[in-house]
Amino acid sequence: MELVCPAGSLPALKAAVDHGADAVYIGFRDDTNARHFAGLNFNEAKARKALQYARDKGVKVLVAINTFPHPAGWSRWTSSVDAAADLGVHAIIAADPGVLGYARDKHPEMRRHLSVQASATNLGALAFYHERFDVTRAVLPRVLSLSQVQALAEKSPVELEVFAFGSLCIMAEGRCWLSSYLTSESPNTVGACSPARYVRWEEQGASMDTRLNGVLIDRFDPEERAGYPTLCKGRYQVKGETLHALEEPTSLNTLGLIPELERAGITAVKIEGRQRSPAYTAEVTQVWREALDAYKANPETFSPQASWQKSLAGLSEGCQTTLGAYHRAWQ
Amino acid sequence: MEITLGPLLYFWPKDRVISFYRDVCEWPVNRVYLGETVCNKRRQMKLGDWLAIGEELQSAGKTVVLSTLALLEAASDLAALKKVCDNDRFHVEANDMAAVHKLSQAGIPFTTGPLFNIYNAYTLKELIDCGLERWTLPLELSATDLYCILGQADELGLTDKFSTEVFVWGMMPLAVSARCFTARAHDLPKDDCQFVCMQYPEGLPVYSQENDRVFTLNGIQTQSGRCLNLLGDVPAMAASGVDAVRVSPQPDGTKEVVLSLVDQVSGVGEHELVHPAGCCQGYWHGKAGMVPMVDITP
Repeated sequence: MELVCPAGSLPALKAAVDHGADAVYIGFRDDTNARHFAGLNFNEAKARKALQYARDKGVKVLVAINTFPHPAGWSRWTSSVDAAADLGVHAIIAADPGVLGYARDKHPEMRRHLSVQASATNLGALAFYHERFDVTRAVLPRVLSLSQVQALAEKSPVELEVFAFGSLCIMAEGRCWLSSYLTSESPNTVGACSPARYVRWEEQGASMDTRLNGVLIDRFDPEERAGYPTLCKGRYQVKGETLHALEEPTSLNTLGLIPELERAGITAVKIEGRQRSPAYTAEVTQVWREALDAYKANPETFSPQASWQKSLAGLSEGCQTTLGAYHRAWQ
Repeated sequence: MEITLGPLLYFWPKDRVISFYRDVCEWPVNRVYLGETVCNKRRQMKLGDWLAIGEELQSAGKTVVLSTLALLEAASDLAALKKVCDNDRFHVEANDMAAVHKLSQAGIPFTTGPLFNIYNAYTLKELIDCGLERWTLPLELSATDLYCILGQADELGLTDKFSTEVFVWGMMPLAVSARCFTARAHDLPKDDCQFVCMQYPEGLPVYSQENDRVFTLNGIQTQSGRCLNLLGDVPAMAASGVDAVRVSPQPDGTKEVVLSLVDQVSGVGEHELVHPAGCCQGYWHGKAGMVPMVDITP
């Protein structure tokens, strides 16, 4: 399986390339991609340097243009598609049918991957994007169980890429508007969930409150480590009890599923985290490179090393990892 | 301006569903969406049951549309979808690209629901080529967004090729997941959910630790904590190219909302309906969805 790693900056891209990525995905420096954070991403000059660096080492570069354009900004999305074509990237990763149609008509030779934001979870949707936009690869949303992924892979008309490690989005990507409900900004429109500019950390005596646009997302006791107020990972009251009503702070880790994913015919595994530091990217990439190589060398006896799992847990939200929806019991 | 009744999002006992729609036959709505859109495990109503309700509504003069599941995962979901698309009697609302794929292959025109991501007229154009004849504005978009999209559609020569519907009343469906949050709140796994969502005919409320109503759990769907209420904006919508306004069924007061809308459409109404969870208007006015009218500066 191809190892697809994130880069929010040139140093992160170099880290991914140097530590064993087969492909690196990046975004331009605006709201055309779903990790639109201050100080992150690539302008054209930086993208050109990135391409050169990756190409010299035989690594592919993918460009995410995967938010949903509003009419007033349409030309930003088409310029991004043109820029990606001009740079000669390996593929764009897109979700909006308008953007996919533009790329199909204007740059038919450039590969089109379907972003996870398009929320294609079944053969019918995959067939649609393949037939209409000649999409050759799709990134699957993190809502499918392992057996559902295996069943899809058996008949999929396109290559499949699945999430391997990183922040766990628990909703069908592209179909969650909870962030804009609380803040007016969502992954679909501005490329960010629970955006930092709406976050407030407030000390209340010994405890710490975290808020998103004024709404209390969580309240931490002094002995607890206060986490970022991602709205689906807060503690709320349901039926009179205070609990993580949607999900706990945890990260996805599918290292243990490498044999099953490989045998199912999955083409690529994706590491989440263009917003992360180069050091993070380097460490996660290296662990996954070693794991994939170890599987390739001895598929029959593969089992994840304790040191890999320890290293990944250390990089995880709340130091916890989960198989997420791949494991039926999580659902 | 048409008044439409969206699909029932909650899991009510079959008798209650049947008696609800029997009442709807008498309501002044033009178009009624039927079917299970939320959870593939809610199977007490078979397609035949929905078709029977559809026949009654049609006899009462309503246009009937069958709504499809929003999150399709298994082959069995696609088989159920195929049956809906092949029904031969009623229009279909596509809530996933799989439905668009089926319907466009069969050459059957369709509507898209509020969970369908259409953010610009280039996307509309692609879907019109596939058979779209009506779309519902995505919930997070504003009046300004809508009018920009309609303007762009005009530039692309699409104006007469589709009609526009806006969701104006009800708890807003804002996320779908593989996980069942209602079962989780009962400490039950999804595979043994015991259909606890039936205990919550208007969903299970979620409050912040300061007692603000934040969300509403409805199985694998997460809804808004407040009720969308755009009744006051309906006259302006009618003047700006919106063809239909949608009410989402709630256990209580839905008929009153419809009657109030009739007044709004004819320009004589008050729109002071309230909802126990509180109302919000933010999205339509370009703010966070949860924001109520009182906090929106003109």
